[in-house]
Amino acid sequence: MPIFSYLAIPRKGAKETLCADLASLAHCRILPADNHEVIVLITDTPDETTEEALQESLKNLQSLQSLNLAFGADEN
Amino acid sequence: MKIKGKKEVTMKLDRRRFIQCAAASSAIATAGALFPGISFANWPKLTGNSGLVSWQKAPCRFCGTGCGVLVGVADGRAVAVKGDPNCSVNKGLCCMKGYHSVQALYGSDRLTKAKVRRNGKMVEVPIQEALDIVAEKLKETRDKHGKDSVAIYGSGQWTIPDGYVASKLFKGCLGTNNVEANARLCMSSAVTGFMTSFGIDEPMGCYEDIDHANVFITWGNNMAEMHPVLFSRMLANLKRRTNVQIIDFATRLTRTSQAADKSILFKPQTDLAVANAICHEIIANGWVNWNFVNEHVSFHKGKTNIGYGTEDHFAFTDQAETIDFEEYKTFLADYTPEKVERISGVSAQDIKYMAALYGDPSVKVTSYWCMGMNQHTRGTWINNLVYNIHLLVGKISTPGNSPFSLTGQPSACGTVREVGTLTHALPHGTVMNEHDRQMAAEIWDVPVENIDPKPTYHTVEMFRALDRGDIKFIWIQVTNPMVTMPNLKRYRDGALKDDRFLVVSDVYPTPTTDVADVILPAAMWIEQEGMFGNSERRTQHFAQILDPPGEAMSDTWQIIEVAKRLGFEKQFPWSQEDYIEKIWEEYRRFHAGPKHEMAPYSVLNERSGVQWPFVDGKETRWRFNPKYDPACTNGKDFDFYGHKDNRAWIWARPYEPAAESPDSEYPFWLNTGRVIEHWHTGTMTRRIPVLHNAVPSSYVELHPEDAAELGVVNGEKVKIISRRGEIIIPAQINGRGVPPRGMVFVPFFDESYLINELTLDAFCPISKQPDYKKCAVRLEKA
Repeated sequence: MPIFSYLAIPRKGAKETLCADLASLAHCRILPADNHEVIVLITDTPDETTEEALQESLKNLQSLQSLNLAFGADEN
Repeated sequence: MKIKGKKEVTMKLDRRRFIQCAAASSAIATAGALFPGISFANWPKLTGNSGLVSWQKAPCRFCGTGCGVLVGVADGRAVAVKGDPNCSVNKGLCCMKGYHSVQALYGSDRLTKAKVRRNGKMVEVPIQEALDIVAEKLKETRDKHGKDSVAIYGSGQWTIPDGYVASKLFKGCLGTNNVEANARLCMSSAVTGFMTSFGIDEPMGCYEDIDHANVFITWGNNMAEMHPVLFSRMLANLKRRTNVQIIDFATRLTRTSQAADKSILFKPQTDLAVANAICHEIIANGWVNWNFVNEHVSFHKGKTNIGYGTEDHFAFTDQAETIDFEEYKTFLADYTPEKVERISGVSAQDIKYMAALYGDPSVKVTSYWCMGMNQHTRGTWINNLVYNIHLLVGKISTPGNSPFSLTGQPSACGTVREVGTLTHALPHGTVMNEHDRQMAAEIWDVPVENIDPKPTYHTVEMFRALDRGDIKFIWIQVTNPMVTMPNLKRYRDGALKDDRFLVVSDVYPTPTTDVADVILPAAMWIEQEGMFGNSERRTQHFAQILDPPGEAMSDTWQIIEVAKRLGFEKQFPWSQEDYIEKIWEEYRRFHAGPKHEMAPYSVLNERSGVQWPFVDGKETRWRFNPKYDPACTNGKDFDFYGHKDNRAWIWARPYEPAAESPDSEYPFWLNTGRVIEHWHTGTMTRRIPVLHNAVPSSYVELHPEDAAELGVVNGEKVKIISRRGEIIIPAQINGRGVPPRGMVFVPFFDESYLINELTLDAFCPISKQPDYKKCAVRLEKA
């Protein structure tokens, strides 16, 4: 049951798209910066399988340039 | 749960929600470090959506900047922090320590019960029993060995009420001036600098200078790491305005050097010579502001060859002698840029460049300094010399023109300088002054004879007295001297001697609690009500937001409990319901009047800090300037009312070498200091996983060529040896800080590497502040 937070950096000009993409994914909460092209992403998945599936979905996002891990905790 | 000053709210927060908040906080903190000025306005909405987190203001617990924070509380726990947008200090920004500060409350080994040493072992006892033992032992020691055999040693992290009741009990009731605080180790040279140059303590300017200055010169001051929020404000100005530059004048390259427009390195201790050379150039080029100097400045000299204080019972009293401008100019003849280049390693061209910046009447200059100038065996002198520069050109007490001494602790100014928790001081004035003693006796309701007119021991001498046995009982609160004292081994051995009795109040186990006979668990930060005072004369109140764990109790209340047991109920009549308010209103009587009037409790309670003098409902941003300062009465454009001649004093102070310099046996300088992730000895920040994992242990910074000669690469162990001790520590080469050849730098936050076993307990003879930046060591590959 891991919880992670990341700094998500969008591709140039794609911040709004990335916000929409991330917000549409299950187990994700987002917090866009007001004055930088940066989005805080918090993920909270119930199990390893779901986590792996989410990671795969994140990898496939065209609007996402990079994802930098800031925090991680696993209750198991 | 009901907490004073706080609305009762229904609070439900499960563990996962708590971790989510921590995850968001960490990411925001990381973003703040990577993108200065980044803002997340929706953060409160995100948390607010749950409807479960309540927010209350407080000043940050860490450095002397005094950032306002909003602490988010849910279910009785602090779960989040954000910068307080209503606080003019930080305008909503925080550094990584601030953002993670609440996690320091919840370390797994938090002290929650009192402990007493019995048959060599620490055993838990009810706190009331421990307080009985403290009172009995204090009384017994005092009866047997005299009033000056007992002492209290506090901190610039003491709240103002903590320091006030400590001074009242020890100086007013017990009659001993054995009251000191660790701020002696971090800013007493700033105090004596202010007192000798201006006759009154604390900066004339404020942080708003940052928004007006064109040039910032940092004197031995790594602001990027030590005062990151102020540095961010400087960088924001650098970006926003076209005519701003930062000059870093330092002994090693740091993150401040990297961000500065120009970095100038000088050899340790030679800042004295460079400051004089700048003044020489200002005069030689006709840049003196004669209108200002003739009207507002007088010239003086003091004693020279004043020693270093390395011997017990060292005593020194300076003697001021008035001189004229011509004598001062003659004194400066020894400090031509070319001569000083040979002493300092700073090119004559760079000296002239700095002088030209100070000398240009169209440029507003703010100078910042902190430990580099204060932890200096000529700390008072170098403070004087930087004021000299500003005074010669009249760049002072106006927006953007500020010589500004920063403090390192949240209440070094509020508690130590303003309350006067140093051996010679009282909440108003000094113990040597009869009028000040009478004022204290009246407010404290004690016989004036109780207050001894003679100071006893400054901090280094206090711990020497403990070692010698002149002091047998010492109560240490909110500080960790068994990590921070220079020449540490002597003082730890002294503390461990058989007939010494140490009481230590703290929140976590430390090397100081290790040598204690009684440990008292303390409430931390927002687990109590209190006030801090920051670097810019700003008093900041915080309510009790959380309950302290277990039997932990505020340091203020611990002292009151002991005072009552010693029979001083009359002087300490307060109840736990409102004692902070009552103490504040009693304390502010000491500062009545336009020079230092403090805001009433009701105003402090409402605002995110109030700057003194607070007169007729108005804060004072720039002192000595009648446009801003109500204490100015001379009808002129400035009024330096601290000295009797109503002038600021320029001092002829020479360059004198350090107490111990590298030689053939010990060829390297040892410099010590801090890193951005950790607060002082790491007691709190090393229990915050995100900060601890960022910098999990200390290291020695080496110049790459010195490392190559020694045959070590990054991470390999180096043995550092001084005349007093040695440690083995991993090397860091080309890390965030790079010392010049012949110098090593070691952060002191890690108790696993007690670097102060190597440092020298030499101090400025005027301020009695030790020099942690300069001693001689040799290196070996371990």
